[in-house]
Amino acid sequence: MSRPTRRQVLHGSAATLAGAVLAAPVALSDTAAARPVAGHGHSEGHQAPGGHEMPEPFDEVYQGRHIEGWPADEDAPENGGHAGRASEASHGSHGSRAHPRAGQAGPHDGMDFVVRIDNDDLHVMRNADGTWISLVNHYETFTTPRALARAAVRELQGADLVPVVTG
Amino acid sequence: MAVRKNQADLTATEKRNFVDAVLELKRSGRYDEFISTHNAFIIGDTDNGERTGHRSPSFLPWHRRFLLQFEEALQSITPSVTLPYWDWTVDRSPRSSLWAEDFLGGDGRSGDGRVPSGPFAFGNGKWPMNIRVDGRTFLRRSLGTGVRELPTRAEVDRVLAMTVYDAAPWNSSSDGFRNNVEGWRGPNLHNRVHVWVGGQMTTGASPNDPVFWLHHCFIDKLWAEWQRLHPKSGYLPTGNTPDVVDLHDTMKPWNDVTPADLLDHTKFYRYA
Repeated sequence: MSRPTRRQVLHGSAATLAGAVLAAPVALSDTAAARPVAGHGHSEGHQAPGGHEMPEPFDEVYQGRHIEGWPADEDAPENGGHAGRASEASHGSHGSRAHPRAGQAGPHDGMDFVVRIDNDDLHVMRNADGTWISLVNHYETFTTPRALARAAVRELQGADLVPVVTG
Repeated sequence: MAVRKNQADLTATEKRNFVDAVLELKRSGRYDEFISTHNAFIIGDTDNGERTGHRSPSFLPWHRRFLLQFEEALQSITPSVTLPYWDWTVDRSPRSSLWAEDFLGGDGRSGDGRVPSGPFAFGNGKWPMNIRVDGRTFLRRSLGTGVRELPTRAEVDRVLAMTVYDAAPWNSSSDGFRNNVEGWRGPNLHNRVHVWVGGQMTTGASPNDPVFWLHHCFIDKLWAEWQRLHPKSGYLPTGNTPDVVDLHDTMKPWNDVTPADLLDHTKFYRYA
């Protein structure tokens, strides 16, 4: 073990602040910012540290839900539709369920790829072998984020994702 | 000495005491602390970063300590209660007594997966989903839907036969007993059971379903069985491994317990 990381703080808070319900923001700083942009082209495939190709962005309607995904080190896909999380609260269409930003794990924290269902973040993770899992299907691997997003839509049966609280 | 029994062997009184203690932890808010702790680790544990509760060698001692903490909480309600285990190689049907009305309640109904009856059914008002990943507030299950079959005893024995505890790179791509019992490799034991149950059990907030504890109690028992089969095979790694809990490193969130402290379960309980 070495190197204190932000996750140590997270884990610590999980023990001490546990019991907070999902909707209850706690006073942690919002750490939702994506990793610094690495200054690479958009169209050539993204090479991951593990040697796996980073999947391309996607954006589609699947079973009536809007699913989209893009590499987390980009602010947004080319259409600019997601530029800046802060601007999001101003989107009138879903302002009524604007998420509390504080107290979340930071939906993109440690993530390589951002996946959203109807504009709500789905926490995803890449496995060492290049497969993917999501918080909704956390014990089952998928070959791509798109497959994972579609599986989450089936699992959700119309329910909305809610912000992740870990402490 | 506390004795953990097969859930199939519990008396009616033992089942009632277990269920009542679980419901009391829920009522007091203590139950949900376990869910959020688990959720925090499952999100935070990554193959190429720090990893403690899952996809790492400490998967087994971390859950052993987590279960001990939960069992102690139950015993603070009713001192005679211990965790039962679910041997899913034997009780592998939705018709098992595990899923009866007097214990965990049954399968979810078709359509929305809601568990309609039993102590944890939404209608009883005693089992709200407070720590959750989506908007649904009722316990859900879909037994045998996400995957048709639970692991068999032959598959378990294949994994128990592995002589090495864990191996570099100490994550979901490792060879060895730990990763094969966790299920990222091989016949898929632990992970597959989560998927078989369905509902909240497939999510990071899986302790929302009380069967979480019975499932992990059996995983814990398999670790004990493996140790008996391989007395010369110890926990690995034993030192200086970045991001990974070595034998004598303390584990979060407790910070006062190491894998070495947890290798011998007979200090705490025995399995019947």
